[in-house]
Amino acid sequence: MAEWSMLTLVGEDRPGIVAAVTEVLFASGCNLGETAMVRLGGNFSMMLMVSRPTDGCALDEKLSSVMERFGLQLHQSAIIGELHSHLQPNLQLVVYGADRAGIVASVTAKLAEAGFHILDLRTDVGGSSRDPIYVMEIEGYADQEAAELEQRLEPLRQQGVEWRLSTIDLMVG
Amino acid sequence: MQILTYPDPQLKHESLPVERFDTELQAFIQELEETMRAGPGGVGIAAPQVGRLQRIVIVDVSSARKPVPNHGRMVLVNPEITQWKGMAVGREGCMSVPDYTGNVIRAEAITLTAKNEFGEHQEFQCEGYEARAVQHELDHLDGLLFLDRLVSRHRDLFRRKVYQ
Ligand SMILES: [Zn+2]
Repeated sequence: MAEWSMLTLVGEDRPGIVAAVTEVLFASGCNLGETAMVRLGGNFSMMLMVSRPTDGCALDEKLSSVMERFGLQLHQSAIIGELHSHLQPNLQLVVYGADRAGIVASVTAKLAEAGFHILDLRTDVGGSSRDPIYVMEIEGYADQEAAELEQRLEPLRQQGVEWRLSTIDLMVG
Repeated sequence: MQILTYPDPQLKHESLPVERFDTELQAFIQELEETMRAGPGGVGIAAPQVGRLQRIVIVDVSSARKPVPNHGRMVLVNPEITQWKGMAVGREGCMSVPDYTGNVIRAEAITLTAKNEFGEHQEFQCEGYEARAVQHELDHLDGLLFLDRLVSRHRDLFRRKVYQ
């Protein structure tokens, strides 16, 4: 059985990074599992679940020329890889407000109290440097009714945080 | 009956209209319904999902987790959508595409005509969740999977229906 690693690569965003990295992985006999790659503040960050054949091939060595070419930093950790076991989100929360410290912490604290399991979270900063707008999108699972969660989140409005909770009604056919 | 899963090529084929409404058809439809009800949370099924390339689907959202407007058990043979209204993004999965779900844009309300298993003409007006299920199943008859209609999970083009 193949071993799984989580590779994290970060560097200044430049066209061609994904193609160059995945080409090396493919040529080394690796398979990709689930990945997330996104541009964050002008940096390109990649998280890749990679299975490598157990021939002891050192991925950092194989990737070294690409890392040098694009100025990438690599972190590698052995993980227990679990594919084909997605958890299905039933709630989506969109939050926005004027940029302020602690918005992520205060919202996620309320969610954690409610036993809300975060499956996907993205934050972004729009607006201008004078008037930034902070936007957060969360998908997750909770046993609680949406109305109960809404009650818990209600106090955030007094702090100038706007939010909208909606159910994700999966249709399987 | 066994549900075919992607990449079975039969799922990408166009299905043919039903011409004979006989006991064989009725027996098949009963088996198809049993297969749908045995599946994991399936609220609809199309004949090509079990390898029969004919224009037959069953939809029943009456036991969906959250109660929604519905017509109960609908057997739709040779169905045609005649009117579409509105658009909405919703999360879909498919018994033929295990362990993957994604966002798809569908009409919010539809009018459709179809025969039932006895060849009798019927007309339905469906909305919301039921309309989504019908459109998903009818796609199967044209060899289309929800994967062919995926839109971004992170950049919704339309606002999702708000919980109230
Ligand atoms: Zn399907």
